[in-house]
Amino acid sequence: MTTVAPVALRRKVELTIDGEAVTAHEGTTVLEACRAAGIEVPTLCYLETLAPVNVCRVCVVEVEGSRALVPSCSRPVAPGMVVRTGTDRVRTSRRMVLELLASSVDLSTAGGDVHRWIEEYEAQPDRHGPAAGPTVRDGAHAGHHEAPEVGLAATVAQTVKRDNNQYVRDYAKCILCYKCVEACGEEAQNTFAIAVAGRGFDARISTEFDVGLPDSACVYCGNCIAVCPTGALMFVSEHDLRARDEWDEDRQTVTRTVCPYCGVGCNLELHVQDNRIVKVTSPLDHDVTSGNLCVKGRFGFEFAQGDGQ
Amino acid sequence: MFGAGGGTSSYREIEETDLIVLWGSNAREAHPIFFHHLLKGLRRGARMYAVDPRRSTSAQWADVWLGIDVGSDIALANTVAREIIASGLVDTEFVRRATTGFQEFADSVEPFTLAEGERLTGVPGEVIADLAHAYAKAGRAQLCWTLGITEHHTATDNVLALCNLSLLTGHVGRFGSGLVPLRGQNNVQGGGDMGALPNKFPGFQDVEDDEIRSRFDARWGATVPPTRGWHLSQMFEAMERGDLRALYVLGENPAQSEADDHHTVQLLEGLDHLVVQDIFLTKTAQLAQVVLPAAVAAFESEGTVTSSERRVQRLRPALRPPEGARDDIEIIGELARRLGRDWGHPSAEEVWDECRSLSPMHAGMRYDRLEVLGGIQWPCPDEDHPGTLFLHGRLWEDDPAKRGRPAPFSPVRFEPPLDELTEEFPVRLTTGRRLDSFNTGVQSGGYASPLRRPETLDLSPEDMDALGVAEGDPVQVTSRRGSITVPVHLDRSLRPGLAFMTLHFPDQADTNVLTLDTWDPKSGTAEFKATAVRVDRLPRSAAAVPAGDAARVPDGTADGTEAGNGTEPGEVAQVGGTATVG
Repeated sequence: MTTVAPVALRRKVELTIDGEAVTAHEGTTVLEACRAAGIEVPTLCYLETLAPVNVCRVCVVEVEGSRALVPSCSRPVAPGMVVRTGTDRVRTSRRMVLELLASSVDLSTAGGDVHRWIEEYEAQPDRHGPAAGPTVRDGAHAGHHEAPEVGLAATVAQTVKRDNNQYVRDYAKCILCYKCVEACGEEAQNTFAIAVAGRGFDARISTEFDVGLPDSACVYCGNCIAVCPTGALMFVSEHDLRARDEWDEDRQTVTRTVCPYCGVGCNLELHVQDNRIVKVTSPLDHDVTSGNLCVKGRFGFEFAQGDGQ
Repeated sequence: MFGAGGGTSSYREIEETDLIVLWGSNAREAHPIFFHHLLKGLRRGARMYAVDPRRSTSAQWADVWLGIDVGSDIALANTVAREIIASGLVDTEFVRRATTGFQEFADSVEPFTLAEGERLTGVPGEVIADLAHAYAKAGRAQLCWTLGITEHHTATDNVLALCNLSLLTGHVGRFGSGLVPLRGQNNVQGGGDMGALPNKFPGFQDVEDDEIRSRFDARWGATVPPTRGWHLSQMFEAMERGDLRALYVLGENPAQSEADDHHTVQLLEGLDHLVVQDIFLTKTAQLAQVVLPAAVAAFESEGTVTSSERRVQRLRPALRPPEGARDDIEIIGELARRLGRDWGHPSAEEVWDECRSLSPMHAGMRYDRLEVLGGIQWPCPDEDHPGTLFLHGRLWEDDPAKRGRPAPFSPVRFEPPLDELTEEFPVRLTTGRRLDSFNTGVQSGGYASPLRRPETLDLSPEDMDALGVAEGDPVQVTSRRGSITVPVHLDRSLRPGLAFMTLHFPDQADTNVLTLDTWDPKSGTAEFKATAVRVDRLPRSAAAVPAGDAARVPDGTADGTEAGNGTEPGEVAQVGGTATVG
C-alpha cells in the first residue's frame, strides 16, 4: 500500500557564483542557487509560491556573457554559468531601485530587510529632494499624468482606502510588485478582482473600473494581504493597532493550528497579541495551502474571541 | 471506500490528473483551497465535468455542466455505466483481476439507456454519453463529491454508484486516478477515524469483531458492549419511542442542524436529561439541564484532526480559553471521575499515543513526526512509514496475493427523492453553503464578512417573473412540514422549478422547518438536498410585519417600484409546476 508519486528526474548543473564552484539541480533559478550557497540576494517582487514577474529588478546579478544585468529570480541556472552578485554594477543598480522606491513610496511598514538593504546599498532617497505635496493621486485616474515639480520627489502618496470591515488598502505603501495581482489571479485564487492599471509612474493596483472592493469581484480571501511585502494591504485589526501605536510583534506569539471550518485541513498561523488574534497567515511551505486561505480561514476567527463564547 | 473510510487520493493528484468530475460539490465555495488545487489541474490542461442541479460557481469553471435534477444521481451514474459498457470502454483487464460482481452490475444498469437516463435526470442523453466516454478514456481521472451526493435518503447508494464507475474504468489506486469525498467540517474524517461511529473503534475496526474488541477491553480495563450502537437518526427514532432518555451532545447543534427541526426540538425537550458540551450557548444548549463550557478545539486546545486527504495534523492552543471553559479531554476525564473511574490527567499526546497503540493505521504517527512532516496521511503503520499518498494501489499488483481481496461492484437501485413534487408542492428546494458562512452560522456568524447577506429564497429569473416578485420581496415558502417567510433573491445559476436556500441563518429564516428528516438507512444521513415546496407571494408590506422571527429584507432593495404581474398586495401568486422528476 506504500505508494510513491512520480518525481521528474533532474540533472545536476555546475556553475560558478562569486568565484565559488556551485552545483544546482537543472531548472532551479540563479536566486535559489545563490541562497543555497549562502549568498544573500535582496528580493521584493519574488515569492517562492508565485511565478516570477521580474518587475522590481532588485535581485539582479551579473552573468558573464550577458549584456544586461539578469534578474536572478527567474533565470534558470545553466552549465558553466559564471554569476557575480557583488560587483559595482550590481550594487549600483540595486541602490537605484531602492532609492527610487524609498523616495516615492512609504516603506514604514515594509519590514526589516528592506530597511537593512537601504543601508547596506547606501541608498539615499533624500537626494531626490523633499516629497512633493501629498495625495495628488486621489483625484487622478490611471494614465492621468502631470509633469512633476522640479526639485521635489514625486510620490505615490494618497488617501487610505477603507471600504470594508476586514481589510485596508494603503496604496501610498505600494511598490507595484504585482504579488497581490498574481495571488488574486492565475497563481492562486483565480478571482481576478485586481490588476495593474496605467503605465509608468502612474501605474497603480486597481479593481475593475476602480470601484470599491464591495462592488468588485473580491471574495475577501486575503491572499493579497498575505503576499504584500510592504504592508500596503493589511488586516483592519493590524491597521488599527498600528494607528494606536499598540502593534507590538515582540509581544505576539505565532501558533500553527488547523482551520476550524471545512475539511480541507488548511494550516493557520494565528498571530496573537494580549490573548487576541490580530492576524492570520498560512505557511508558504505547507503544500495544502501554499500560504493561501479563504475568507473563513483568514477572517472567521472572531467567534473564538467574541463575547458570545 | 472498498473497506477504508476515506478518500483514495491526495490534493496534489488533482493538479496532475487529466479529467476532473465534480459531482454534487460546489468546492469553489465550500472547499475553496481544494479548489485551488483543482484550478492548477485545469491550468495544466485537465478537462472538467460538473454534475450539479445549479450552475454553481464551481460548475462555471467546467468544460461541461450536467444540470441534473435533484436526487437523480444514481440514474445518471447507472446511465454513464451502461454507456461505458455498451461502448466497449470497460477496463476489462482491471475488472477481471481486481473486482467481483461485474456481470450482476452490468445487468442492473442495462435498463439505463441514454434515453432513459435523459428522462430520469433531465440531462440530455448525448451529454451523458460525452461524460461516459471522457471518463472511460481519460488516462487519469479524479471523481470528487460532497454533500450533493450524501445528503439524500439514498446517500450510501449514491456513493456506491460513483465507486462502480471508478471500478469499471480502473480509475482508482493509481496516482491521479481516484475517488475524493470532500469533508464538510475540519474533523469529519477524523471523527470517523477515531471511532465516532456506532459500529467502529479507532482505525475503522469493527466493534462486533470479538478479537478486536478483546484488545480494546484489555487496554481499557473495561468491557465494551459487543453490539453496535445507534447512529444519529436512529437516536432520534429511539427518543421518539422513549428508549433513549438521556443525551450527551458534544459540539453539535441538532436543535438547528437537523432536518424538520420543530420535531427535533420536541424530542430534545422530551428527554429526561440533556447535557451539552459546547463553546457557545447554542439553541441546543439552551434546552439542556447541564451545559459544560468547552475550549475552542482549533484555537485553545492540543489535539489532532484529519483532513479530506486522510492527513492527520496537529491542533495547538494559541489562545487562553475564557474563565470556566475547559479542554474537552479535561471535561471528559472529570466526567469519568464522577462516574467512578480515575483516568488521571492525560495530555493530548498521551491520549494519542494510546490510540496509536490500538489503531494500526495510525501506529507510526508520533507527535514529533506529525510536526516535522506537516501531517501524515493514513495508513501509517510504523514509525519509519512516510504515510500514504493514495489508497488501493494493491488492486493493480500482478501477484494475486499482494492484490488481496477484490473490490466488489455494488448494483444500486434508483429511487427519486421521497419528498415528491406535486401540484401543491411544485418547486424543488435544495440547500447548500455560501463561501463566507458555515453550517448553522454558530462559528461564521461571529465575524463581519463583507460578503454576507441575509437568508433568501434564491429563484431563477423565470420563476421570479412567474411569481411576479422582485429582488427582496417577501415570499412564503411552504413544505409538507412547515412554512417560513423569507425575501427572494435572483440567482441565474438556477433553472425554473429549482430553488435554493442555505442553513446559515436559522434565527432569521429556519430552512430546516421545511426539510424532510427521512434518512438513509445505511448511513443515517438526512435528505437535506431535496424538499418539495410551494412559494407564495406575500404583500410587500409583509416584510415589515414579522412572520415569526423570519422576514428581513436587505437594505436598498424592494422599494416597491418594481413591476409586478398585476397582483395586488394581499393576493398571492404561485410558481407554476415546471419541474418534474421522473
